[in-house]
Amino acid sequence: MSINRREFLRLAGVSALAGVGGVAVFNKLQNNALEASEFTAGPNALNAKRWAMVVDMSKFKTPEDYKRCMDACHSTHNVPNFSNPKDEIKWIWPEKFEHAFPGQENPYMNEETKEKSFLLLCNHCDNPPCVRVCPTKATFKRKDGIVMQDMHRCIGCRFCMAACPFGARSFNYRNPRGKDANGQPLIKEENAAYPTRTIGVVEKCTFCTERLAVGKLPACVEVSNEFSKGGLVFGDLDDPGSEVRKIISAKYTIRRKSEIGTQPSVFYVIGGNDYAIVPEIL
Amino acid sequence: MLDKALKGSRGYWGWLFFLMGIMGAGFLAYLYQFKNGLGVTGLSRDISWGLYIGQFTFLVGVAASAVMLVIPYYLHDYKKFGKIVILGEFLAISAVIMCMLFIMADMGQPMRVMNIFLHPTLNSVLFWDTVVLNGYLFLNIIIGWITLESDSKGIKPPQWIKPFIYLSVPWAVSIHTVTAFIYAGLPGRHFWLSAIMAARFLASAFAGGPALLIILALLVRKLTKFDPGKEPIQALGKIVTYAMFANVFFLGLEFFTAFYSGIPAHQHSFHYLYAGLDGYNKLVPLMWTSSILAVVSLFLLIFPSFRKKEGVLAFACVSLFISLWIDKGFGLVIGGFVPNMFERVTEYWPTIPETIITLAVWATGFFVLTVLYKIAVTVREETAGIEIEH
Ligand code: SF4
Ligand code: SF4
Ligand code: SF4
Repeated sequence: MSINRREFLRLAGVSALAGVGGVAVFNKLQNNALEASEFTAGPNALNAKRWAMVVDMSKFKTPEDYKRCMDACHSTHNVPNFSNPKDEIKWIWPEKFEHAFPGQENPYMNEETKEKSFLLLCNHCDNPPCVRVCPTKATFKRKDGIVMQDMHRCIGCRFCMAACPFGARSFNYRNPRGKDANGQPLIKEENAAYPTRTIGVVEKCTFCTERLAVGKLPACVEVSNEFSKGGLVFGDLDDPGSEVRKIISAKYTIRRKSEIGTQPSVFYVIGGNDYAIVPEIL
Repeated sequence: MLDKALKGSRGYWGWLFFLMGIMGAGFLAYLYQFKNGLGVTGLSRDISWGLYIGQFTFLVGVAASAVMLVIPYYLHDYKKFGKIVILGEFLAISAVIMCMLFIMADMGQPMRVMNIFLHPTLNSVLFWDTVVLNGYLFLNIIIGWITLESDSKGIKPPQWIKPFIYLSVPWAVSIHTVTAFIYAGLPGRHFWLSAIMAARFLASAFAGGPALLIILALLVRKLTKFDPGKEPIQALGKIVTYAMFANVFFLGLEFFTAFYSGIPAHQHSFHYLYAGLDGYNKLVPLMWTSSILAVVSLFLLIFPSFRKKEGVLAFACVSLFISLWIDKGFGLVIGGFVPNMFERVTEYWPTIPETIITLAVWATGFFVLTVLYKIAVTVREETAGIEIEH
């Protein structure tokens, strides 16, 4: 079945009226030449001027906590597991302090910070070099600050990978829909509600645009709420009343490589008071 | 004029078939890559550009170097270059064709290449690079063809070609400047983020390109009845010397900034390339080979008494060409990716399919070059003794 844009919009409109929301539409359109980026917002869609995330690693206690967040993202988004670093695709992953914030470490820093793993993902930079260099506009920035890709337009030149200062992008060096050496599918259990990718294109974290469109928080944030309060917090950076803003104004946060001016939208809480006990924001 | 390429000696045909053999092997290797993806190369998440893009970068320089003949001849009326200017222009054509093939070989979705023109993106350096490379190819085809055709008829080229010739001068500079901007504008890649990158690119291009031209001119003299002349070759030798000196000087400036400032991020890539980093040192022998060859060639070139001996000049040019090929066609690209964005080291080495494809692109370039040179040389042989004027 092929479907053009107008048909899609009509379908989306009808289903929105019927209150079915975007996911149903998306299910229908599975396997068509349709973009996650063209996802039509449903009636309950979450909106923001600039989406942002606050990451507080002190709320993550065990390796299991990290794994649950990563698994949530990678299984929701059909991220294949190549089990080798060369072809690896990852949207969210842990790194030790010195690798997450190179140049910020010092030999005398406290063991806890030094040994802590930090979850890294695309920063959805406000001034994104990946968008600047893309020769086809396959990578673009949405009005709400999310940096997205059109998988059907990407020519696989990998200029954006050279340009991203955060190593946030992965390239499909091999067919992600294929099987590994042992005959196991690279995507363990395919999530039919999200498109798989083709060989030869670049991908990364999307801040879960497909979930925002139906009123859900990003998958990693949702899972983190099950075992921690405030491990991953998602919200509108432009709204002074949002939770992310409250945390950022109350605690000491840093962003990765802020000196190079890309203006990341992901903030990392480094020590400081627990914002829950800072009186003025209670 | 194309018919001139169809009549040749056994050696000529043998050479062409030899090249076609390599091209055929490369085509098979490419089909393999096309089917299985770029995973069959040595590229990785950390080193996402390698041999292909390195060759592309290097060859843009070779293409741009034609201007080193065009400027003296057309702008300074240096008549001695009259007969060999065409060799530079035809070299440029084959170099640009190789550049385009390398870009295609490197693309994850080559069938979508037209997206660059369907969705023109003015803020992307890669878009501009595509535009200027195509323009440069067009300029050199038309200039080379028209001037050679006039020569073969023994007439002056038409006046309308002049503006194209003048335009080709800044255009040549632009192709290499824009190519340098692909690298020099990326935040977070300290090795590339250098204001002198474009100048370095041009200097190495104006050394490497003419060095190759000298080798080619000497070969042409040896293999055909057309003698490009002693003086033009010596003049080219001087150009190579100055440009190579500038190139080595610029590299020295990079070292100074990185090491006197003491900023670790600026030093890492240099450490990796010349001494190894965190115990990884795959590229060290190559980079030292490049440095030694650079010093040797420069030493031989600087003293006119050495340079004047054509055998020594040829040796110097070959060393210089290999030196620059390693430095720019390999070290420059890989060095920029090491260490990665997390200050970890991942190493890269081309795989066999990748190497075969690379050789095949070079073979294609030499195929085009041989055919074009055959035409040019035949015209020169036929018009031997006649003074040409453009
Ligand atoms: S982190 Fe990288 S991929 Fe994400 S927006 Fe910034 S530059 Fe682009
Ligand atoms: S790989 Fe795709 S998304 Fe990245 S710059 Fe090239 S076309 Fe754009
Ligand atoms: S925001 Fe969504 S896409 Fe990004 S890492 Fe979290 S789950 Fe993955």
